[in-house]
Amino acid sequence: MDKKTKEPLIHITKRKMIPKKQEWAIRLGGILAALIFCAIITTITTHLNPLAVYAKMWEGSFGSPRKFWALLKELSSLLLIAVALAPAFKMKFWNLGGGGQVMAGVLATTTVMITATDKLPNGVIILLSLIAALAAGALWAFIPAFCRAKWNTNETLFTLMMNYIATQIVAYFIIIWEHPKGSGKIGIINQTSHTGWLPTIGGNPYALIFIVSIIVTIFMYIYLKYTKHGYELSVVGESENTARYVGINVGKVIVRTLVLCGLICGLTGWLLVAGTDHTMTTTIEGGKGFLGVMVAWLAHFNPIGMILSGLLMVFMAKGGSEISMAFGLNRSYGDILTGIILFFVIGSEFFINYQIHFRKSHRKEAADV
Amino acid sequence: MKKRLIALLVCLVMVMMPMLAACGGGGGEEAPAGDEGGDFKVALICLHDENSTYDLNFINGFKEAMGELGLSEDQYMIKTGVPEGQECYDAAAELADAGCKLIFSDSFGHQDYMLQAAQEFPEVQFVSCTGTNAASSGADNMHNAFASIYEGRYLAGVAAGMKLNEIKEAGKLKGDAPKMGYVGAFTYAEVISGYTSFYLGAKSVCPDVTMDVTFTGSWYDETAEKEGATKLIQGGCDLISQHADSFGAPTACENAGIPNVSYNGSTKEAGPNTYIISSRINWAPFFKMASEAVQKGEAFDTNYTGTIDTGSVELTELNEDVAAEGTAEKLEEVKAGLKDGSIHVFDTSTFTVGGKAVDASNVPADTTYADFDPANAEALVADGYYHESEFRSAPYFDLNIDGINLLDTKF
Repeated sequence: MDKKTKEPLIHITKRKMIPKKQEWAIRLGGILAALIFCAIITTITTHLNPLAVYAKMWEGSFGSPRKFWALLKELSSLLLIAVALAPAFKMKFWNLGGGGQVMAGVLATTTVMITATDKLPNGVIILLSLIAALAAGALWAFIPAFCRAKWNTNETLFTLMMNYIATQIVAYFIIIWEHPKGSGKIGIINQTSHTGWLPTIGGNPYALIFIVSIIVTIFMYIYLKYTKHGYELSVVGESENTARYVGINVGKVIVRTLVLCGLICGLTGWLLVAGTDHTMTTTIEGGKGFLGVMVAWLAHFNPIGMILSGLLMVFMAKGGSEISMAFGLNRSYGDILTGIILFFVIGSEFFINYQIHFRKSHRKEAADV
Repeated sequence: MKKRLIALLVCLVMVMMPMLAACGGGGGEEAPAGDEGGDFKVALICLHDENSTYDLNFINGFKEAMGELGLSEDQYMIKTGVPEGQECYDAAAELADAGCKLIFSDSFGHQDYMLQAAQEFPEVQFVSCTGTNAASSGADNMHNAFASIYEGRYLAGVAAGMKLNEIKEAGKLKGDAPKMGYVGAFTYAEVISGYTSFYLGAKSVCPDVTMDVTFTGSWYDETAEKEGATKLIQGGCDLISQHADSFGAPTACENAGIPNVSYNGSTKEAGPNTYIISSRINWAPFFKMASEAVQKGEAFDTNYTGTIDTGSVELTELNEDVAAEGTAEKLEEVKAGLKDGSIHVFDTSTFTVGGKAVDASNVPADTTYADFDPANAEALVADGYYHESEFRSAPYFDLNIDGINLLDTKF
């Protein structure tokens, strides 16, 4: 090092590839640091025993079979959306419209369930609602993709705005189908006849969505890793010009990828309405369109990794709700803890990619957990 | 190096402890599920948390009732932020799993999911407060509860009417005749019944009053409520009231210096110079009654309607600085009249619909409840008044009476 010029106290350099083991050590260290930090905050602000708080959080997800299934249900819909978004983000197409694409599927399914009941056999209604949901989801993704491919519109704003349009259309139809009049609620659709409801597996209403989400996740893993399509979209993501140069039809890849994304989102909407919730509300998607972006990013667009990052998100949400009930804390407290943990988790990604050097302490450079 | 090792160990303990504790906890939870006779547990499911005046009212009532019953903190649970969807069923079922014998929910949209849980747990009592489906569902363990809040609204209306008289006498009316504004949520019977009784209360002391009503299309939307109130104030209203849950309307009134009659609890904090009074349902008497009944293994009403007498309908603190002189005395007088039956809120001699007096043909749109046969509607309008909340606890008065002008009805 040059001793004549004044060396800054801290300077940051980009790391080269580091071994997987070290990468995971940093991640785990980040989570542990977050847990310790949360424990300190908890003790200071609430005077509760942090271990008791963590125990309750754990119980929120794993305390009983029912809680575990509720966790899996939440994880499934989140995972489906994250997996749907992954190819778009890998292609550097900023699809913030996952929520809207799900809502399109939700609306299509609800429309079929409400309007076709008593007119068609149950099996036909279910099939029809699936087709409608897939088509609606795909359409909602196709519109911004087509505009981007054709006129190079800004997909971030476009997909974001499509969310609000979808939610408002859903709100409009809720007022049309509300029951009783003026309540602003649809309630459970066909609560007595169960028309259009998907069958339960072994009496468990959440098993189907979980199984489907795992199948879709595996499919996406293979699609991204081993297919020509998957390769093409990653090339487009690296550099559109390169893609063009090697003869990839960029516009076609964009539209094709987004339609796939919309199909999965539409499927998610279908599973939510016909499979688990059996109603349509403006909040049925519950912000998962955005949360899914985070899940996908945290896992570096690896669908299998998304199971873990998704699990972390859902676990934190369930735990937050559990501790608010058990200790009479405001629900925001759970959100605060989630925020701290995410901060550390995302922070640890920084330490994986960059290295910090301190002045004078050259010997310590090697070890910086 | 040593330090790092210690830090790592501490971390490890931190992570492992909850897991170990949960294993113990998980096992422990199985036990009461099998042997539930021992301790009585009761729970409340809330749509939002304490930041919504609506939910806060339930939470306060619930805590008060539990305190009066002497239940310990691990015998009652409050689950906040439960959306009106499948999450409500999950929450209710989890609470039933945890050994709760009685489960309340506070929002109308919870009712279908409460019913779903009620069908699965026949030995647990489920109450959808403000709901309408208990009688028609046929489930023995499903209940609805409400209160004759129209009486409270009427009283609050009397306070509003007196304030309007005061403004009128001072020559400070915005227009020729006194006009009130009302921010509603939806064109739903509960809201219609609420603003109509409020209007009739005001009219009983200030006969030439009219009222504009706007709807936000949401039960809780601070921005829309504030905008709605501002719109009404700009439209020449001398006083504002609302049936919506946030501090939006009271804040707008305070900013504009327009008196406000609130709902669900005092909003004096948000409007020290404009808040007059608020009517609220005190849920504590019902929560206490239902909990005692279940604890003793007794049945309680499928449709429970609390009244002024049961302590379920209350007025919150009167802001003497803003209210007209003599309001407190007048309220006592009207309250006594409501109690002894000499005053009826929906007295058919005091209002008309489309210029005509109301009769048995004015059947409410929603008649999906037991004890009421539309073919035999004479009972609905009898003895000179409309019988609100007698056939079902949730309000069903949904007539658009003269003197009230709906600015928009899209919701």
